Amino acid sequence: MNEWKGAGMSIKVISPGLLCTIQDAGRHQYKKDGIITSGAMDLDACKIANLLTGNNMEEACLEICMKGPELYFENSYLIALSGADLSPMLDGVAVKMWRPIWVPKGSTLSFGAPRSGCFTYLAVAGGFNIPKVLESYSTYLAARFGGYKGRALMKNDVLECNTAKEILPLLNSIYRLGSGNHVVEAHWAPDPQLLPAYDENPVIRFIRGPEWQLFSKASQDALLNEPFKVSARSNRMGYQLQGPELSLSRPAEILSSAVTFGTVQVPGSGNPIILTADHQTTGGYPRIANVISADFSPLVQTQAGKNIYFKETTLADAHQLLSEQGNKLELLRMAIHLKLNQPV
Amino acid sequence: MVLQFGEQISPEVHLKIQAFAALLEKNTLAGIVEWVPAYTTLTIYYAPLLIGNGGSEDPYDVLYRHLASLAAKLENIAPMPGRLVEIPVCYGGSFGPDLDIVAAHHNISPEEVIAIHSQQEYTVYMIGFAPGFPYLGGLSKKIACPRKAAPRSSVPAGSVGIAGLQTGIYPISTPGGWQLIGRTPITLFGYCKQPPSLLQAGDRLRFMPVSAKDYERMERSRHEH
Repeated sequence: MNEWKGAGMSIKVISPGLLCTIQDAGRHQYKKDGIITSGAMDLDACKIANLLTGNNMEEACLEICMKGPELYFENSYLIALSGADLSPMLDGVAVKMWRPIWVPKGSTLSFGAPRSGCFTYLAVAGGFNIPKVLESYSTYLAARFGGYKGRALMKNDVLECNTAKEILPLLNSIYRLGSGNHVVEAHWAPDPQLLPAYDENPVIRFIRGPEWQLFSKASQDALLNEPFKVSARSNRMGYQLQGPELSLSRPAEILSSAVTFGTVQVPGSGNPIILTADHQTTGGYPRIANVISADFSPLVQTQAGKNIYFKETTLADAHQLLSEQGNKLELLRMAIHLKLNQPV
Repeated sequence: MVLQFGEQISPEVHLKIQAFAALLEKNTLAGIVEWVPAYTTLTIYYAPLLIGNGGSEDPYDVLYRHLASLAAKLENIAPMPGRLVEIPVCYGGSFGPDLDIVAAHHNISPEEVIAIHSQQEYTVYMIGFAPGFPYLGGLSKKIACPRKAAPRSSVPAGSVGIAGLQTGIYPISTPGGWQLIGRTPITLFGYCKQPPSLLQAGDRLRFMPVSAKDYERMERSRHEH
């Protein structure tokens, strides 16, 4: 029977890229044990890639950083790519971002030069077949657990995938139409208005941090008015910034306390660091600001050497913006659900 | 949201934070994701979209009111000392390569360092830096010692160290600059355990000197389990 079963699917790693890790919405409720949250750097992109393959938003994606891997599809599969545009190709032919793509058995997914952003998300219909550790699929690199064997992908790894039960009828209809043997890109894509608002040199909104008042007036003004360049030493733990040196108006001893994604802390060097997904749970540097959650996606997709511009906002606005973002995701979820359930 | 319970590290502030965290555990609110105690603060992580009756109320206000009502109850709660955890440590030798450095720093014998370190009862003020890593209060000034000038690229799991007025245990192998005086065969962190961290903020802790022989025996029995 010419039926696509969708079971026992796997993807083989031909070359691993710079840093490919399995990530989801993160590992919560264990910060008091000193366990970091991990999770996708660009969580909205991760969620949208999942939606585009019929998954729920909390499914794990492969996070691909700057230099992409080469992945061999041992079976036919429905995938989607979101986030940074790292020039994705199937068997050397460019494919589009932000839409469902049917990948026939025996195809190789590879990447070229980074056109925009830093992190791409690869979702596969049904998700990856890996165990959850402490309720999350995310990879905790330093403690070596979660994700794929607690580490980044290596050559010859094989990623097993689940069966995509939800959209199996759609996948089968593609298969029966005979298009199972070549790449098919959906002719639709989400309204760009509903996608994260990336910018090469983005404006990043913040609220004042607990130690804002301890910083000199010159430092406060610098944060508000000057550009800060993302340093090449940035990674999943935090983005190091170069710009005017920030300093306290007089020395103060700061006791270690909990920190979070978006905390802008200033070590003795005067160069601020914005904490991101793999940040430690506690820190003892003065915190001048907190980047609002709604701006995490444009923040983490800012490449080294590009500038970010800080802009102050209020907590009420931050909540409002997050709520609007939640509404956009819900709209996307409903629209994509309708599209994926239409007959081909 | 960060709740501040004092300005200085003190046992009183610590007990207040623990009492509040226990109260919050029993009276949490939909949308509160988790909380992390530290020396003088309790940080609450919340999901604004899940608080505040679907946007009709400001999430911060709702959360604030809830926490303020809990804080009001705190007055009537007597602070409870935490449970006591005993950590066996084999001091010196290859397990504690810096024991002699600490002793020399104070011009005392290694045996005196061990006696002072293991006499004291410590308080776990917070867990941070690495999974299961305890920030302990109570180290005697008599054995305080500056960090190493050059950090080690890898400190073995279980290492017990001193850095300034702090002492602590490395739960997993990480780079680190503390002076290592001994090692425990006990597992402080396991992602298959619940809770994953053996030590929790609020615990009291005592180090128990053991011989290298006992260390090996305890480590063997750990592997058999």
